[in-house]
Amino acid sequence: MRYERPTTLKAAAQMLAKEKGKAFILAGGTDLLVRLRTGFIDPDLIIDIKDTSGARAIQKTATGFKIGAAVSGAELGENAALKKAWPGVVEAANLIGSKQVQGRCTMTGNLCNASPAADSVPALVAAAAKAVVVGPKGKRTVPVEEIPVGPGRTSLKKGEIIESLILPKRPPKSGDAYLRFIPRTEMDIAVVGVGVSLTLDGKGVVTKARVALGAVAPTVVLVPAAAKAIIGTKLDKAALDALAAACSAACNPIDDKRGTRDFRIKVAGVLARRAAMIARKRAGGK
Amino acid sequence: MPLDNAPDSKRKFNVVGTRPLRPDGIDKVTGRAKFGADASAPGQLVGRILRSPHAHAVIRKIDTSKAEKLAGVKAVITRDDFPDHTDGDAALYDTMYNIMAREKALYEGHAVAAVAATTASIARQALKLIKVDYEILPHVTDVDEAMKPNAPLLHKKMFTDGVDPKPKKPSNVARRFEFGHGDVEEGFKKADIIVERSFKTEATHQGYIEPHAALASMSPDGSADLWCCTQGHYMVRDVCARILGIDISRLRVTQSEIGGGFGGKTTVFIEPVALALSRKANRPVKVVMTRDEVFKATGPTSSTSMDIKIGVTKDGLITAADGTFRYQGGPFAGCSPAEFGAMSAFAQFHLDNVRAIGYDVVCNRPKTISYRAPGAPMANFAVESVIEELAHKLGMAPIDFRIKNAAREGTKSSYGPVYGPIGLGPTLEAAKNHPHFKAPLGPNQGRGMAAGFWFNFGGQSCVSLNIPTDGTITVSVGSPDIGGSRASMCMMVAEELGIGYEHVRAIIADTSSLGHNDVTDGSRTTFATGMACILAARDAIKKLCQRAAATWGIPEDAVTWEKGFAKPAGANAGNFAPLSLKEIAAASPGTGGPIAGHHEFSADGAGVSFATHICDVEIDPETGASKIVRYTVIQDAGKAVHPSYVEGQFQGGAVQGIGWALNEEYIYGKDGRLQNAGFLDYRIPVCSDLPMIDTQILEIPNPGHPYGVRGVGETSIVPPLAAIANAVAAATGVRFTQLPLSPPRVLKGIEDAKAKGKKAA
Repeated sequence: MRYERPTTLKAAAQMLAKEKGKAFILAGGTDLLVRLRTGFIDPDLIIDIKDTSGARAIQKTATGFKIGAAVSGAELGENAALKKAWPGVVEAANLIGSKQVQGRCTMTGNLCNASPAADSVPALVAAAAKAVVVGPKGKRTVPVEEIPVGPGRTSLKKGEIIESLILPKRPPKSGDAYLRFIPRTEMDIAVVGVGVSLTLDGKGVVTKARVALGAVAPTVVLVPAAAKAIIGTKLDKAALDALAAACSAACNPIDDKRGTRDFRIKVAGVLARRAAMIARKRAGGK
Repeated sequence: MPLDNAPDSKRKFNVVGTRPLRPDGIDKVTGRAKFGADASAPGQLVGRILRSPHAHAVIRKIDTSKAEKLAGVKAVITRDDFPDHTDGDAALYDTMYNIMAREKALYEGHAVAAVAATTASIARQALKLIKVDYEILPHVTDVDEAMKPNAPLLHKKMFTDGVDPKPKKPSNVARRFEFGHGDVEEGFKKADIIVERSFKTEATHQGYIEPHAALASMSPDGSADLWCCTQGHYMVRDVCARILGIDISRLRVTQSEIGGGFGGKTTVFIEPVALALSRKANRPVKVVMTRDEVFKATGPTSSTSMDIKIGVTKDGLITAADGTFRYQGGPFAGCSPAEFGAMSAFAQFHLDNVRAIGYDVVCNRPKTISYRAPGAPMANFAVESVIEELAHKLGMAPIDFRIKNAAREGTKSSYGPVYGPIGLGPTLEAAKNHPHFKAPLGPNQGRGMAAGFWFNFGGQSCVSLNIPTDGTITVSVGSPDIGGSRASMCMMVAEELGIGYEHVRAIIADTSSLGHNDVTDGSRTTFATGMACILAARDAIKKLCQRAAATWGIPEDAVTWEKGFAKPAGANAGNFAPLSLKEIAAASPGTGGPIAGHHEFSADGAGVSFATHICDVEIDPETGASKIVRYTVIQDAGKAVHPSYVEGQFQGGAVQGIGWALNEEYIYGKDGRLQNAGFLDYRIPVCSDLPMIDTQILEIPNPGHPYGVRGVGETSIVPPLAAIANAVAAATGVRFTQLPLSPPRVLKGIEDAKAKGKKAA
């Protein structure tokens, strides 16, 4: 097994493209090292991207925020401007693992791990985040929901690496929230996760919304019907009922060790209501 | 000197009952303490074990030739390296079968081969090169399924014991037990209300943080050393020596610090394998289990299926109690704690008519081993759930119903013996008077309670106490310290000698240094080994008095020991200035040599133990999520030697019970494979899941111990399952009869009850 630590992402992408054996990207390593130690993977090459330029930076730009691929959960939690603009995204990222894991884990890694239960992904999808992908043929920008294509599988081609995640600039009176269900209070994996992002007008009517669900289908799913159910409403009981029903209807879960199909369908609706109310409050709604 | 063991109720203690710093604390928090995996030896090899991926399969052939040829591989072993030395001892044969499969692999994770190699990666590669030819057989993992007539049979020669006449057809039922007295049928005739319910619980693991680890070094001359983490290194020595066919005296076992055991480290798993690898490789071999191996191949406790029927009169007197307890114990007979479950189920009641039937059943699951009060928590869950339901039907406060029917001094217990002085009544009264019992509850909250029992055990201990020339004390005990016993041993020795705690140091001696010591289990160590320490100290005092007598030239019986000094017994013994322990020790080289005290015995008189728990739980009615908001443990300790450790035992048992009740469970797929062999999906509570567990120590002295000590380690895990289930029933209005009370199960129960209510309306 070889270990490389390039200083540019272009060099990293070239190494990845050239490698004939099994190659893996190391950023936080909180998934990779566990798999390595349990013998689940047997890499020929590990490329550490933490030294590539911009990998550890959170940049506030004219169009929003640019978050480097190796920014840790703890660093996200300590960035006041980001937390103010996207509290739901930050709270989702901060739920990953334990306090110790937070010092290392990254949102980009969480996305590329392609688990349907990834905590930060429903919040990113609800936020309409985009991924900047660097490959041997240059850069492209992709909506985050297009990155995972199935459990453990992504749409990234050989040699492609995510350089950063872009969160758009917030209109006034906007808020987002992420809630997950776990049987414990921490250090667990979502049985159901719900991300909601919305914008209100001066009267408290929802003008824009995006709703995404985790752990209820092979990938995180964006639920346009759920957004439709609340756009144009003040999140009254009827709207919340419609939101919950749309979320439950969008679920295509399995029975497994973490929860039953029926449980996931029901709880997706429950959490969607609760997350929408938190997002509304954060947007300044009453 | 008379060795009167009865507790002196007027005795004033100086050291016992105080809370000195634990002797192992600093080493443990700074990482200096040596646990099982911290042992190393020059030239050691890495040992790894190949395990069956099948729940039930005949092992036709094992081809190790390719693995043996891999550079760096120094030994490969299989069943062929364990010739049968067990000489008809069925339990020992099963232990050997469990550590290395023979004709069949009996569960997923059953060891089938092992390698020793120069590095971990070579060892891993070598495992992949071993070819095992399996013939896959149908399997069974559920206890009720295993008892059905057409169930896949694990052993062709298993004919249920304890049934007359003995069955002619083999089955998966290893044994039937029956306990009780009176006539339950007559008793039910006198009842005004009868409640009958069936219950199921899932298997749980002891969940110790430290995985099993062993370093073995066997020399060509047949002598061997083994370092490992265990609750009983003498047991490890005896079992390993017999499996390997060597003299017991040739093997020395040294116990490491232990990162939790809870009953799970009272047998051997990797230890004989490491020794056999070392014998073959002629090098030291270290084997450390992964967490996956710990879950799949070490002892969880039983999953169970139970039926309970209890009858009462209108005024709340129990007329009869009947229970059937079906426990699966993995693939071998005699491993499930069905017997203890049946014995303990009704032990907290004063009953004229009681019957408890236990079934020990085999399944294609890992061999079960003791887990804190083995067998009792599940039975208690079933019985105390029915008790709560009966109280509601009677319109009686559950606490008053329990007090009315509580076992007391003179009660003939449901398992046979008549109780001496016991602490059940006082724990119930203390619960009734506890502020927790009267505190208001919030929305979606419910309160539950349960009372529980554990037998406690005495057993064999051997202690050696030595006095160096500065008059400090070294105590060598052979009981692994799993719950603070070194501190309590030092305290009891200091108490006897009349010196300070800081002048005594206790160590856990290896197996060649002392006589046999039973495993640290059955809540026996502070009671039995502690008593041996007291008696060893008294033996040393006798010798100290002899030295003083010789110095003064007076008869030995004219000298007494008081607060650390030898003194003339009275005015007519002579007028001599008292001699301190320090002075006698300093003079010892010239007065007869080293001074030591010893005691070896098999302790009887372990007093039974009772506890009452109160629990408040809050349920999210939309998700079924539960939160323990308040929890109180009230338990009889006889005499609390070190109250902080006693409280720790109360809290630890409650927490393990909370995990068992709410989320912990072994989940099997249809393929007979364990789905959740890791701490992510086997959900032990984390700190933030728990409130501070409140404790109250009661002291009803045990007549079988000089200070009145009773074991405290196990009783605390008995009541939580029922206390929590009763609290959840109070919070939701739904009676759950199956554990764990995981959110999907609770939510379904709430929804089903709602649907039923709508239908009824």
